[in-house]
Amino acid sequence: MALVTLNKVSKNYLMGEVSVEALKDVNLEIEEQTFLSFTGPSGSGKTTLLNLIGCLDKPTTGEITINNTVLNHFSGKEAAMFRGKNLGFIFQNFNLLAVLTAYENIEYPLIMVQNLPVKERRDRILYYLNAVGMTDQKDKYPSQLSGGQKQRVAVARALVTNPKLVLADEPTANLDHVSAFRVIELMRKMQHELKTTFIFSTHDPKIVKEAEIVYALEDGRIINKQVN
Amino acid sequence: MKSIFKIAIRNLMRYKRRSLMTALLIIIGVVMVIVFSGVSDSFKKMMIGSITDSMLGHLQIHKTGYVSSIENLPLHLNINDQGIKQVEKILNDNSEIIDSYSYRIKFSAMLSNYEETTNIRLTGVYPEMENAAVPRLMERINEEVPDPDNFIEQGKIIIPENIARGLQLKPGDEVVLVANNKDGSVNGVSLQVSHTMEGLLGPTGRDGFIHIEDAKVLLRIEGNEINEVAIRLKNPDKLVSANKIMYEELSQVKNEQDKSAFELHTWADLSPFSTIATIVDLLIITVRIVLIAIVLVSILNVMMMSVYERVSEIGTISAIGTLPSKILWLFLAEGFTLGIISTVIGDIIGVFALIIINLSNINFSFGRMKGIILETSISPSELLSVSLIVIIIAGISSLHPALKASRMQPVDALRHV
Repeated sequence: MALVTLNKVSKNYLMGEVSVEALKDVNLEIEEQTFLSFTGPSGSGKTTLLNLIGCLDKPTTGEITINNTVLNHFSGKEAAMFRGKNLGFIFQNFNLLAVLTAYENIEYPLIMVQNLPVKERRDRILYYLNAVGMTDQKDKYPSQLSGGQKQRVAVARALVTNPKLVLADEPTANLDHVSAFRVIELMRKMQHELKTTFIFSTHDPKIVKEAEIVYALEDGRIINKQVN
Repeated sequence: MKSIFKIAIRNLMRYKRRSLMTALLIIIGVVMVIVFSGVSDSFKKMMIGSITDSMLGHLQIHKTGYVSSIENLPLHLNINDQGIKQVEKILNDNSEIIDSYSYRIKFSAMLSNYEETTNIRLTGVYPEMENAAVPRLMERINEEVPDPDNFIEQGKIIIPENIARGLQLKPGDEVVLVANNKDGSVNGVSLQVSHTMEGLLGPTGRDGFIHIEDAKVLLRIEGNEINEVAIRLKNPDKLVSANKIMYEELSQVKNEQDKSAFELHTWADLSPFSTIATIVDLLIITVRIVLIAIVLVSILNVMMMSVYERVSEIGTISAIGTLPSKILWLFLAEGFTLGIISTVIGDIIGVFALIIINLSNINFSFGRMKGIILETSISPSELLSVSLIVIIIAGISSLHPALKASRMQPVDALRHV
């Protein structure tokens, strides 16, 4: 049974009075523990697809299932609970909370979403800080970290809740090549160690090669599937 | 909840200058309310104290119908001996709330210095009872009173200073009092001026005092009769409850028409100053409304800015699974924190300002009473109510921005740059 299933999923947006079809009849099955990438030019529908899988948006038509749960009819609260329990997110702009240290940023979902006890929380945070190589920087605020360091913290924050699926929208777009490869290597390493499924989008051909499976999108359709 | 407030405080610190300006505005508002309430309330209490302690007492009992014709000082509405005993029993039965009381006979008379004649309003009193019920009456007497419990002796009269001036009278002079009795006949007595006093009802007041036994002789009252009982309460702050208790007991006493034999009035029913006291209360309420407006507008403004500046952040925390209710609390906590911190600082500065005012010995005059020192104070309950108003309004004004944040769609919020 696939972890993620998309059945004839379409998504339309209204741009003023004009309806724009961002995704057209997408059918997709993603197995567990895959390291998968969506690639394609700007406007091809990568982010829309990630938003739909990430339960951040609802499809206009079609059905999305994650871990045997149909996402279509979730309320805002149900969607938030599902995300907190099953999904991790890594953003292009890192999106760390500016007022929290690296440690506290990783701690945030454990307090606000999963409400773990202090001891378990601390052990888990220290494990992930160590795993992403940020133990020495744990007390620094985002403004005191480089782009690569911020994204490492973001990876730890995405993984700390032990999600089944991590979604990363252009995670390397704001990084230099060295940092970008380090982040992708880190994601790959974590996928191996934790058996987590990673789906990321990119338009960087060099980064795409790191994925096990690559889906190419164009004008809202999947035009190619490549297994590396 | 601890984490929510930790994040709230850090977010407030993130925009230091803005938070500081808002807090400053609220602090000034709180200080303004505390100082205004402290000064005006103290002034009001002082003035009320002056009226009740030197003239009216806190409560007054009359025979039913007396107050409606009080301007004529009628003598046919006197309380007779049996009524006095009934009133006395009720007063003594409530000694836990009643400090003291004084029997009075009030009447109009003509005062003559043998050359000129003028009208005067007189109160016949037992000096010891009167001094206990209205102890600050002595402050209104121009000359020194060696024994306040005997401030008016039989055969003596205290006249208001304006009549003393007009008739060129001074202590020791002889005067004649002529008054109508309740049956319409006229009687006169000769008395000696013992003191002059400030007009109780202002510069044009024409109130004087004689001993109640002299009043009875003048008015040819045989036996025991009075027309007013002035009551001093142990705790003037409990005027309303004391009035209720006394009213319930007095209304049990019926007259021949099976209606209440007595009527009870508070000082506020009898004095025009109660209107001024109400205006002072209204001013305090107005200042509080201004404070509410300050808090409402400033916190609403700062929180709306905060929400608009952190749309992407709201998208992020929502994406990683923060429930809308927790996002709501994150923003409410910011408003509450700003309100609480500003209130505490405002309370401290406000109380400190009142202490400074007290240490400055600011004094003023009110009629005969010179050099009254303004002793400001604010009760803990008043302080608490001001603080609660600010904190509740801070919460209410944060509600709209917080709801806005909690209802944002994560996908839209994340797109925001």
